[in-house]
Amino acid sequence: MNPDRRAFLQKTGKLLVLSASASVAWEAIVAGRPETAENYKMSDHWWGMVIDIDVCIGCGSCVRACKEENDVPREPLFFRTWVERYQVTPDDLEHPTVDSPNGGYDGFPVKDKVDEKVKHFYVPKLCNHCHQSPCVQVCPVGATFVSPDGVVLVDKTYCLGCRYCVQACPYGCRFIDPRTETVDKCTLCYHRITKGLTTACCETCPTGARQLGDLKNPKDPIHEFLREHHVLVLKPQMATGAKVYYNGLDGSVR
Amino acid sequence: MESVLQSVQGFMYPNEVELQWGILIVLYPFTTGLVAGAFILASLERVFNVEAVKPTYRLALLTALAFLLVAPLPLQLHLGHPERSLEMYLTPHTESAMAMFGFVYLWYLMVVLVLEIWLDYRKDIVLMWRESSGPTRWLYGAMALWSDNISPASLALDDRIGRALTVVGIPSAFLLHGYVGFIFGSVKANPWWSTPLMPIVFLFSAIVSGIAAVMLVYMVTAWWRERAFDMGCLDTVARYLFYAFMIDFSLEMLDLIHRIYEADESFRALDFMVHTRLYTSQVLVQILAGTIVPLGMLGLVQLVQLSEKARRRIYAMAGVLTLIGVFAMRWNVVIGGQLFSKSFLGYTSYKMNFATREGLLPAILLLILPFVILAVLIRLLPPWKVQRHGAGVSG
Repeated sequence: MNPDRRAFLQKTGKLLVLSASASVAWEAIVAGRPETAENYKMSDHWWGMVIDIDVCIGCGSCVRACKEENDVPREPLFFRTWVERYQVTPDDLEHPTVDSPNGGYDGFPVKDKVDEKVKHFYVPKLCNHCHQSPCVQVCPVGATFVSPDGVVLVDKTYCLGCRYCVQACPYGCRFIDPRTETVDKCTLCYHRITKGLTTACCETCPTGARQLGDLKNPKDPIHEFLREHHVLVLKPQMATGAKVYYNGLDGSVR
Repeated sequence: MESVLQSVQGFMYPNEVELQWGILIVLYPFTTGLVAGAFILASLERVFNVEAVKPTYRLALLTALAFLLVAPLPLQLHLGHPERSLEMYLTPHTESAMAMFGFVYLWYLMVVLVLEIWLDYRKDIVLMWRESSGPTRWLYGAMALWSDNISPASLALDDRIGRALTVVGIPSAFLLHGYVGFIFGSVKANPWWSTPLMPIVFLFSAIVSGIAAVMLVYMVTAWWRERAFDMGCLDTVARYLFYAFMIDFSLEMLDLIHRIYEADESFRALDFMVHTRLYTSQVLVQILAGTIVPLGMLGLVQLVQLSEKARRRIYAMAGVLTLIGVFAMRWNVVIGGQLFSKSFLGYTSYKMNFATREGLLPAILLLILPFVILAVLIRLLPPWKVQRHGAGVSG
């Protein structure tokens, strides 16, 4: 073979092999870690949740299920989801009395005396999976990110544990897991929803107060719910693009 | 853990009860502030040819370097995974204010401070290289990069480059500390931090603390060496301190008045905090003892003719109080910003441990360390004129 042609073929061969491996590597980089579920395509989904305050009974099942499912530390300082009890006097809407003993894990102690003039209700809280999330913005290494299907996740093998994201979250949804020294938060049970299941909290809610919704799926009942109810997100003035929608949210809720 | 829960007053979101940033993060803006302030004082002499503060020029640069070398240590110690901190340089998230820290820091350390000090000291280093022997000779040789060219032409070039570097250095110092303020000021979730004034307030308080620190270091080193104080220099430095302090105080008061007058949704909670859990550190230590008293003392010197001895005492006391006040300001920003709930419905408290990774002991050690480094630097690169064997006076 002509030496020039041989050199040309060798070079071209190397180039082809290199570009093939580069494209595989690039795909992996662009896609992050492709989900194990074969039929799950991240670009087909955009996850959110609706919470109906009017039907939440403050039983704490969601808190217990979440801690169990996601191995959340049991101490009363770490929660991926928790429930707050609000008591509001109608003439002082700005200063509600709020409590959340052990995050509502054990339910709420019944009050001996019920004041008829005070309205009370429960507000389940979790990460709002904001799509303009301040926690994602501040992470110095990009260890926390919004997945293509709209879930705010943390790469625990990459997190420095600097806690800037904990400071940046307006809703108090993040904590440092003392076992790993990295940040932890609600993943919207990503390991479940990518397999076609709902979240642990929604699964166990006895009244259906919490409903997972896929905003990209036109057949998802979340669209009807959002259309037929007056919903609000928490702290809308923060402009974080929160995707947890509350029905019956009182103006006193922070 | 239970005791933390018991210290909660009102309602906190459960994840908020424990503070995320402790005393080490208080040290970080404090030390970087000293760096920026000391450098800006040094630059005054260089760029604006203020002869009076010349005795502090090199001392200020070395002080800045000593503190800058320590500045990232509290951050490093605070990280859950310090071994991953290099990722901030390798894979920075460009949208993050914190990610840019490494670059601003490196730029400032290497390009501005080290290079400027090196250029300024090059002649001395070469002379010390020539005169020393043994390992010291090797050390100075390495510091001179084994080039002993100190011809007038090369020294003139050093001076030109050094001046240009100082000009670049001033905005860099502003950037370094303004940026530290931005880290806090840009957190919209936290009304105690979130104000565009934050970088400016941080910057001016940095200048104040840097000038005070250099003034004190100058006094201590002169006293240690049993030399007379250059009162012209001290008076000028103290006057700069007074002016910078006036601007700083006005800015902080502007912030305070603005908050009180605007009285937004967070005001009631923050006001209550300042009157209770933050009262000692904010009102008594920061505003009263750390600002109004030293400002009054420095103002008095401007108005009344005082004896040299009285002025010396006033400068020493005002300097110490100023540093305490600025430290308290950093404390109140960092710790105060985490004592209240983002629901504005409750308060927690900061439990500081002693001999733990983020406790008081490492914080004290990290505050002493810059002075140890400074002592080494001063020994290695004397900032004042040194009598040499045969070579006469230099430096």
